[in-house]
Amino acid sequence: MEDLSLTALWWAVIFSGLYHGINPGMGWPLAVSAALMERKHGAMPKALVMLALGHFIAMISILLPFTLMIFLVEREIEIRVGAGALVIMMGIYLLINRGHPRILARVHPARLVLWSFLAAMAHGAGLMLVPIYLGICGHLEPGSVSATGHAAAQSLMSNNITAAFMVATAHTLAMTGAGAAVAVIAYYWFGLKFIVRSWFNLDILWAISLTLVGTFGIYSAYSGH
Amino acid sequence: MKIRPDPTFHASPKLAMEAPVENFAFTVMLGKDASQHDGLAVVDLRADSEAYGEIVHTVMTPTTGDEFHHFGWNACSSALSPLSGHAFMERRYLIVPGIRSSRIYIFDVKEPLKAKIHKVIEPEEVFEKTGYSRPHTIHCGPEGIYVSTLGGGGADGTDGPPGIFIMDCETFEIIGRYEMDRGKQDKHYDFWWNLPQDYMVSSEWGLPPQFEGGVVPEDLLSNKYGHSIHFWDLRARKNVQTMDFGEQYQMALEIRPAHDPTKSYGFCGVVVDTANLQGAIFTWWRDKDGKWKSKKTITIDPRPEDPENLPELLKGFSAVPPLVTDIDLSLDDKYLYVACWGLGEMHQYDVSDPMNPVLNGKIELGGIARETKHANGKAFVYGPQMVEISRDGKRVYWTNSLYSSWDDQFYPHQEGGQMVMATVGEDGRFKLDPDFYINFPEGHRAHQIRLEGGDCSTDSFCYPSA
Repeated sequence: MEDLSLTALWWAVIFSGLYHGINPGMGWPLAVSAALMERKHGAMPKALVMLALGHFIAMISILLPFTLMIFLVEREIEIRVGAGALVIMMGIYLLINRGHPRILARVHPARLVLWSFLAAMAHGAGLMLVPIYLGICGHLEPGSVSATGHAAAQSLMSNNITAAFMVATAHTLAMTGAGAAVAVIAYYWFGLKFIVRSWFNLDILWAISLTLVGTFGIYSAYSGH
Repeated sequence: MKIRPDPTFHASPKLAMEAPVENFAFTVMLGKDASQHDGLAVVDLRADSEAYGEIVHTVMTPTTGDEFHHFGWNACSSALSPLSGHAFMERRYLIVPGIRSSRIYIFDVKEPLKAKIHKVIEPEEVFEKTGYSRPHTIHCGPEGIYVSTLGGGGADGTDGPPGIFIMDCETFEIIGRYEMDRGKQDKHYDFWWNLPQDYMVSSEWGLPPQFEGGVVPEDLLSNKYGHSIHFWDLRARKNVQTMDFGEQYQMALEIRPAHDPTKSYGFCGVVVDTANLQGAIFTWWRDKDGKWKSKKTITIDPRPEDPENLPELLKGFSAVPPLVTDIDLSLDDKYLYVACWGLGEMHQYDVSDPMNPVLNGKIELGGIARETKHANGKAFVYGPQMVEISRDGKRVYWTNSLYSSWDDQFYPHQEGGQMVMATVGEDGRFKLDPDFYINFPEGHRAHQIRLEGGDCSTDSFCYPSA
């Protein structure tokens, strides 16, 4: 049973990556435009790598503070509930404030790593992973942190850091794969019309996803994992 | 909030050309003097409509003395920019500034036949939030709607340089000034950009005392109107290069960059070369080192004329200057249309090679001391002025008024507003449509035209025509 739910959590990491990847707001149209503007074969992969790097940095910079927190503060459940509440609040904020983050328009078109990082941060993409990540950390912990010795705590810390990197990596790979697939389809088969046709307004769905993931985080904190 | 992008947003110029044709045109009407109301005329362009080629609806303002001039959309194809991702805007509102009063009207044209006033921004708000006055060109871009102004602060608009301010594209709240570093820019007129390449180009007319009461001959002859264009790092809001065409090139007005965003060139029209009264077009481009360059690629000669037939202002020259007051580039970057408001001619240049334009066609209509009649036998007062090309490049529309006090100076004793159309054949042949002729209501002049769903001087594209 325990293995199954850990597997489910990892699938959630992958699934959220695919979801972020197909969302035009996370940047696949930029990969298409880079390929068209530069008219070089290498332009699209280069753009995708830059977008992936920015997204990865955004994920890890949200996850690592939580890693530190579960190490320093000996209140696992409270942290997980707090994190869930934070994610729900981000979802509600995005539901109410439907304006687009103006800062994204200020980034130079060639600075895709920065753009991808800011886009992920502004949309709370990293927050969406936090409850899932904390769930995975819960599986790694042999009981409560306070009950174990110093060495055990340190090994737990390094386990959690490793988990954060693994979660961010798996998520980013899934995201890049999905984004690349859409970009390649748009560029090689359907052409530019596809950009307009496939661009759906995911804003509301995205905000609801955040509140759902946050709710799941709170629920799983109380239900054990 | 919409679920899909507005169908009038097009990823590339090519897709915009292939899209359905325009059903309506919106033309601003301005009162013949400051006692008359301005307004927006809706022209029916539906081929199967009984009212084709007629004004089917007008929205008049409650104020007077605004002097409508240029205007633009709240959203265009640039909303598909992969960077700002604002794809769910509606192309619905026309932002129409009054260049005399500094009042800005926002018209809701979602239902063209029921177009109405949506919001009014009072001049005091413009002055207070920007320190600028006399708003002019509108483009929607990164962070909101950009509005160029012709005047700075103070009653005569000379307290500080004019510039660009930004408005929120949804609430139409004025956000504030655009410039971080304006460099040598101290006059303003038009501006446009290339969004993926992140550059902007702006131009110069003159300061308000140089145009509000009419052209000031002493200023023109001593070359005191604008003769430079400015290149900006668009997102850094910084003037990176000021290019002086030479002081005899008076009034560098319309900026028309190539629509294809992979290209780094464009055109600028100069009203008059004071050394020889020619009209001129410069081609500007960016070289390999990133420096902007320019070259005069089109000149249009003045026509000798008996001083007796000329307005006071021109008697001493015994010639009619072409007066290049507007230019417009088709979406395929192939044809440049040049309005010679003084001569009374609309020129069509093939600019496939932007460094070597070739005159491909010419229509004579109106003009100083010539007054060529329309193909239908009716008068066309003043000369061809604001020109707008359909997205597919097959129809070219234009009106006749330049600016109230200038109309009266160059064409004393004339009065009226007209809008006409020329067709462009598959082979590029350009000819006046004898059946399309709109006479504006008594007491009104006609100025800029916008086409439903976008046209060749509003939309900015973020993807090349692949």
